[in-house]
Amino acid sequence: MQQSSSSPSSGIDVRYVAKLARLALDDAEAERYAVDLAALFAHVDELAGLPTDDVAATAQVIAGENVMRADQRQPGLARDVFLAGAPDTQLGMVRVPRILAEAE
Amino acid sequence: MAQTTTVAALAASVNARERSAREIAQAALADAAARDGAIGAFLALNEDVTLAWAESIDARISAGEQLPLAGVPVAIKDNLALAGTRTTCGSKMLENWVAPYTATAVERVLRAGGVPFGKTNLDEFAMGSSCENSALGVTRNPLHLERVPGGSSGGSAAAVAADLTPLSLGSDTGGSIREPAAFCGIVGLKPTYGRVSRYGLIAFASSLDQIGPFGRSVADVALLYDAIAGKDPRDATSVDRPAEATSVFTRQDLRGMRIGIVSEFGLDALEPSVRAVYEAAYADLLRLGAELVDVTLPTARYALATYYLLAPAEASSNLARFDGIRYGLRVAGDDVGDLYEKTRAAGFGPEVKRRILIGTHALSSGYYDAYYVKAQKARTLIAADFAKAFQACDIIASPAASTTAFAFQAKKDPYSMYLMDYYTIPISLAGLPSLSQPCGFAPDPLDGTPMPLGLQLAAPLFEERRLLEVARVFEAR
Repeated sequence: MQQSSSSPSSGIDVRYVAKLARLALDDAEAERYAVDLAALFAHVDELAGLPTDDVAATAQVIAGENVMRADQRQPGLARDVFLAGAPDTQLGMVRVPRILAEAE
Repeated sequence: MAQTTTVAALAASVNARERSAREIAQAALADAAARDGAIGAFLALNEDVTLAWAESIDARISAGEQLPLAGVPVAIKDNLALAGTRTTCGSKMLENWVAPYTATAVERVLRAGGVPFGKTNLDEFAMGSSCENSALGVTRNPLHLERVPGGSSGGSAAAVAADLTPLSLGSDTGGSIREPAAFCGIVGLKPTYGRVSRYGLIAFASSLDQIGPFGRSVADVALLYDAIAGKDPRDATSVDRPAEATSVFTRQDLRGMRIGIVSEFGLDALEPSVRAVYEAAYADLLRLGAELVDVTLPTARYALATYYLLAPAEASSNLARFDGIRYGLRVAGDDVGDLYEKTRAAGFGPEVKRRILIGTHALSSGYYDAYYVKAQKARTLIAADFAKAFQACDIIASPAASTTAFAFQAKKDPYSMYLMDYYTIPISLAGLPSLSQPCGFAPDPLDGTPMPLGLQLAAPLFEERRLLEVARVFEAR
């Protein structure tokens, strides 16, 4: 099951994946992660050898039911406490770059 | 602390007002300031809040309360939120972020009279097995300063091993409590998934993350576990089921206890000196009255592959929140997308980026079923293998790690680092309670220094009491 582990030819487009992950990569990083991901997925591909046709997926092991709390108002974080951790604020709000320009 | 005593004795002396929590905290702070420079267990000591908390414990004792952890310092892994202090996750992303709230596990330490003491180093966002992935500092193994302490909870393990604190809290996703406990020669417990609230634990892989205690003895660890276990309305996955107290020990030997030795975890692949320690540990279990039975986990060989799909997939989703908008680092960009990409490029270190990319690929369109769903199905089979094995035995014993603590920079290939969790990951996928405890020493492969090895024990879901009872008998052998 152990395939050659460092061939970057397994077809993972690291730039595309990084775009999905909203992560800027420089050229050296892109090259390195292409190798790393190809190696990791070569190991992971051994899972294909495990028959799972009639097996249910497990999201987490402790069976449970959805939990609801009482529908009562509870205090949340105070605005100033929350904003103290934000990188840029203005007039009691988080300040962000405009987002509509791209869609024009 | 620099004064080895039991947690129970320390708490008794505070309850009896022979010593104050403040005196103990002051001594611990002074000791850490003097000795931690060489080790690097702590990222911050937070003297003012530590003393304020100690004073609040003294006030409660004066008012007549008797508390199980009265005045006992408990170091806190720096992925646990502590109101008013920086909670960094060992990452540049959160280097200057001050938590506005406190994790439930930490609140429960306080409720039990413990004094949260400093924040300990970790692999960034708890991803790693050596602490080398921290962006904020180097932690050394107190038993050998040129060796890693293990990870990701390396700072919490090193702080206890160096006798800077009697107790600490860590978190374990694939082995991040058990492997550093083994490398540092102390006891580390990963409770059943859902047994301890994850509220205030900054998420890595939510279906696997669990908070647990480190200590120098099983009894010490049991006291801290009892303080933090139990349902919490703030964590919907915390289990609504009474937590059985573990810190009252009755068992004198292991008669009637069936201990499973896993065929797939055979000792043949280990170095002879390491193998000899585990063979001796198994022989001790037998001598203490246990019956050793062979059990088999046919799907365990798929556990690493399963874990390295599920954990990065969950991590890539959880870490999406670090986008430079609401908290932590922000790097300016031409537009909001550019801001996201630049912030995350600057804020995350190499291993975190690697796992985000692995997880994003595994979850992406066209690969989701082949990787993520497939791994979730494999997880079902791995958990079923354990359930079947536990029909034939009461406890499973194995090595916690295949080697003693390794040298810095020894695991440059990411997969060789991932292999360090070979014995711990299957148990994590099954959600089982598990611990590592010292079981002997093997010579360091490079310089011959005797270094500790950990025996890993695992029990069925929610059987922490049985697990700690067996560990305590083994410890007293």
